[in-house]
Amino acid sequence: MVQTAPSPLSGVVVEEAGGAVDAVGLEARAAALATRSIKRDSKLWALDLAIRCCDLTTLEGSDSPGKIAALASKALRPAPTDPSIPHVAALCIYPSLVPPAVDALSGTDVKVASVATAFPSGQAPLEARLEEVRYAVFAGADEVDIVISRGAFLAGGEVAVFEEVQASKEAAGAAHLKVILEIGELGSYDRIRRASLIAMSAGADFIKTSTGKIPQASSLPACLVMAEAIRDFSDATGRTVGLKVAGGIRSAKDAIRYLVIMHETLGPEWLTADLFRIGASSLLNDLLMQIDKQRTGNYSDPDRYTLD
Amino acid sequence: MPTWDYAPAPESTDIVSIRDTYGLFIGGEWVEPTSKHYSKTINPATEEVLAAVSVAGEQDVERAVEGARKAFGTWSAIRPADRAKYLFRIARVMQERARELAVLETMNGGKPIRESRDVDVPLAAAHFFYYAGWADKLEYAFPGRRAEPLGVAAQVIPWNFPLLMLAWKIAPALAAGNTVVLKPAETTPLTALMWATICEEVELPPGVVNIVTGAGATGAALVRHPDLDKVAFTGSTEVGKEIQRAIAGTKVHLTLELGGKAANIVFEDAALDQAVEGVVNGIFFNQGHVCCAGSRLLVQESVAERLLGKLKRRLGTLRLGDPLDKNTDIGAINSRAQLDKIKSLVDSGVDEGADMYQAPCELPAQGFWFPPTVFTGVSQSHRIATEEIFGPVLSVLTFRTPQEAIDKANNTPYGLSAGVWTEKGSRILWMADRLRAGVVWANTFNRFDPASAFGGYKESGFGREGGPQGLSSYLRLTEP
Repeated sequence: MVQTAPSPLSGVVVEEAGGAVDAVGLEARAAALATRSIKRDSKLWALDLAIRCCDLTTLEGSDSPGKIAALASKALRPAPTDPSIPHVAALCIYPSLVPPAVDALSGTDVKVASVATAFPSGQAPLEARLEEVRYAVFAGADEVDIVISRGAFLAGGEVAVFEEVQASKEAAGAAHLKVILEIGELGSYDRIRRASLIAMSAGADFIKTSTGKIPQASSLPACLVMAEAIRDFSDATGRTVGLKVAGGIRSAKDAIRYLVIMHETLGPEWLTADLFRIGASSLLNDLLMQIDKQRTGNYSDPDRYTLD
Repeated sequence: MPTWDYAPAPESTDIVSIRDTYGLFIGGEWVEPTSKHYSKTINPATEEVLAAVSVAGEQDVERAVEGARKAFGTWSAIRPADRAKYLFRIARVMQERARELAVLETMNGGKPIRESRDVDVPLAAAHFFYYAGWADKLEYAFPGRRAEPLGVAAQVIPWNFPLLMLAWKIAPALAAGNTVVLKPAETTPLTALMWATICEEVELPPGVVNIVTGAGATGAALVRHPDLDKVAFTGSTEVGKEIQRAIAGTKVHLTLELGGKAANIVFEDAALDQAVEGVVNGIFFNQGHVCCAGSRLLVQESVAERLLGKLKRRLGTLRLGDPLDKNTDIGAINSRAQLDKIKSLVDSGVDEGADMYQAPCELPAQGFWFPPTVFTGVSQSHRIATEEIFGPVLSVLTFRTPQEAIDKANNTPYGLSAGVWTEKGSRILWMADRLRAGVVWANTFNRFDPASAFGGYKESGFGREGGPQGLSSYLRLTEP
C-alpha cells in the first residue's frame, strides 16, 4: 500500500480558515473606512500613535554607518526640540549595517530591525538566506524582516514557503520575525489571505505587506484582508500576530487610514507598536508637521523638520 | 488597552436655509393652502421643529391637478430635446447643491450624512441625468412602437429615501412628456420643497411639477382625483392595496412599489467577511428603512456559527448617533410611530422565543433610536420572519441545501429583492432562476443604478422603475 505523507499544511489553520475573498466587497469596505473623519484630539492621538509605530527605514545601496547614525538619532528624537514627541518603534536597515545601528541604539527602547533573506527578491539559495538571518541576529538585530519566495508560492509551492518561514523562524531564535508577503506580486486578495495564513501558521510574529521596492506597494484593501486573516488566525489558535504596512505610505492622512482599518477590524488591542508597525521614511516628517498643525492651527516651515 | 474615541465630526448645517413656513408648489408658484392648515416637521434625531408645512386639502389637490393638466399640453408638445435640456439642468443644479440637499435630507429624515451625501443625493442626480438622455430617444427605446406620454401623473412617495424616490418618480415621468403632482411623505417633505426651488432656478415651465404636502388624507384625495392618467405609489402594501381598489375600473395606469421581506442567502463557500459586510449593509443601511432590506438572513448550517460570530463582532463596531456626524453608521429612526412599530415587532420576537442580540451602544436621550438587533433561532412561523419590520432588525434562519434556501426565501407574500452569497457562479444563476424577487443581487446588496430596473413580485407590487422599463410605465405604447 502506498503511503502518502500528510501535507505539512493539513491540520494547521491555513487549511481550516482558508476562505474566499470577494475583491469588490473588500475594496468597498476599505474605501468606506477611508472616509472616517478623524478630528482634533482623536487626530493628535492617532498621529502620536503612528510615530510610536514607525519603523524608520533606509534600504539603499548607498547606506553607510554615518547615515545610520544620523537616522538613529532621528529615531530616538524625531523632533529634537520637542520632548513630547515619542521615539519611533524601530530602525529598519540592511544586515551589514546592523552593527552601527546597535552601537547607536543599545540601551534605548528603539529596536534594531534588519531585512534579510536576499531582500527584496528572496532569489537566493535557502541556506544563504537563512545564513543572512543568523548573521543579522548575531550582530544584534531585535527584529528580522524576511521575504517569502513569491516565485515558489505562485508556482504552487505553498509547502515550500511554509517550511522556509519555519526555518527562518528557527534561525531568528528570540528575534521577532516579520514576514513580507510582497502583496503587489501575489495577484489576488485570495492569495494575500492564503499567504498570510501560511506565514502565521509557520510562526511569523508579524506579517508585512511590501518591500517598498516594487511600484505596487501597500494598499488599504490589502491591509484589510491581512487584518481579517490575523483575526481569524487569532480566533482559531489564540495567538496574536502583528501587522506591518510598508511601501508608499508618505502622508499622515494615509497612516491614519491604516490605523482606522486596524481599529475597526482587529480592535484597540492591536493599536500598539507590539502589534502594528508602519514602514516609514518621509512619513515621519509629515506626522511631525501635522502634529504642529493640530496644536497651533498653522503649518510650519518644512525646514523646521530635519532631513536625515 | 488603548482607546481611540473619534472626536465628533459634524457636518455644518450653515449651508441650509429652511423657511419657517412652506406653502404648496402649484403652477410654478408658492401658494397658501386653502385649508389654512399647517403641520410641523421635525428632526427625528433631536425632535426639534424645523418648519411648518402646508397640509393640502381637496381644493388644493384640485388646483394642483388642474395646474398639471394645463401644463401638459405645452410640455408634451415641446421638442423632446428641449425637455432633455431642462432635465439635464435639474441634474446639474442638484449636483451643485448636493451638500445642501444632503444636509437637509439628514436633518429631516435622520439618516446618516454619509449615506445622504454618498448615496441618496448622487443617485437622485444620476436618475435625472439618465432619463434626460432618454427624453429625445423614446422611439429608439421602444423600436417599432409609437410612444406617447400618458398625461397627468399623481405620485406618492415614502419617507425612507425622500429625494431619491422623488427622482425615481419625476425623472422618467417628465422625460416621457408627462406632468406630475407629487406628494412627499408627511414626515419628510423638506428636500422635495427645496427641490422645487431647483425647478424655479432652471425655469421649468410652470405646472410641469406640482408639489402638495400633507398626510394620508392628502394622498387619498390626490390618487382619487378623477382627472388623472397615472398613479405611481411607493409605500406600504396596505396603502397600495387601498389605492388599487380606489382606482379599479378607471382608465388610470398604476404602478406600485410596496413592502418586502428579502432573504440574504449565504452559502458555505461564500467570502464570509464580505458576506458579513453585505448582510450589515442589507439590513442596517438607512436604519433598515429600506423596502428591499435584507431583513432575513438565510445561512447554510455548516457556516452559521462562524458567520454569526463575525456578524456580532461587526455589530459592535457600528457607530450609532448624531446623523450629521460624518462617522455615524446608524442614524435615527424616522418617526415615533415607526419606532413604536419596530418595538412592538421586536417584543413579539422575544415573546415567540427567538434569541435576541443587540449591539452594545448608548442611545441618545433625545430623538428616536433603536439599536442594531439580530434575532437567532427564528422559525418561518415567527412574526419577525414574515412581517416587514422596516427597522434595524435582522432575523436569522438556517438552511442545509440550495433547494431548502429557495423554498424558505420564496415562502413570503413579498418578492422585492434577494441576495445570494457564493463563490460559485453556476449556483448564482441557478438561484436567480428560482428566486421569486424583482432584484437578485449576487455577492452584494442594496446596489442601485438608474439604468437597472427595480420592482417587485407578488405583494411587493408591480411595474418597474429605472432603465427603459421605468420609462415605459409613463408611456402609452401603440403600433405606429
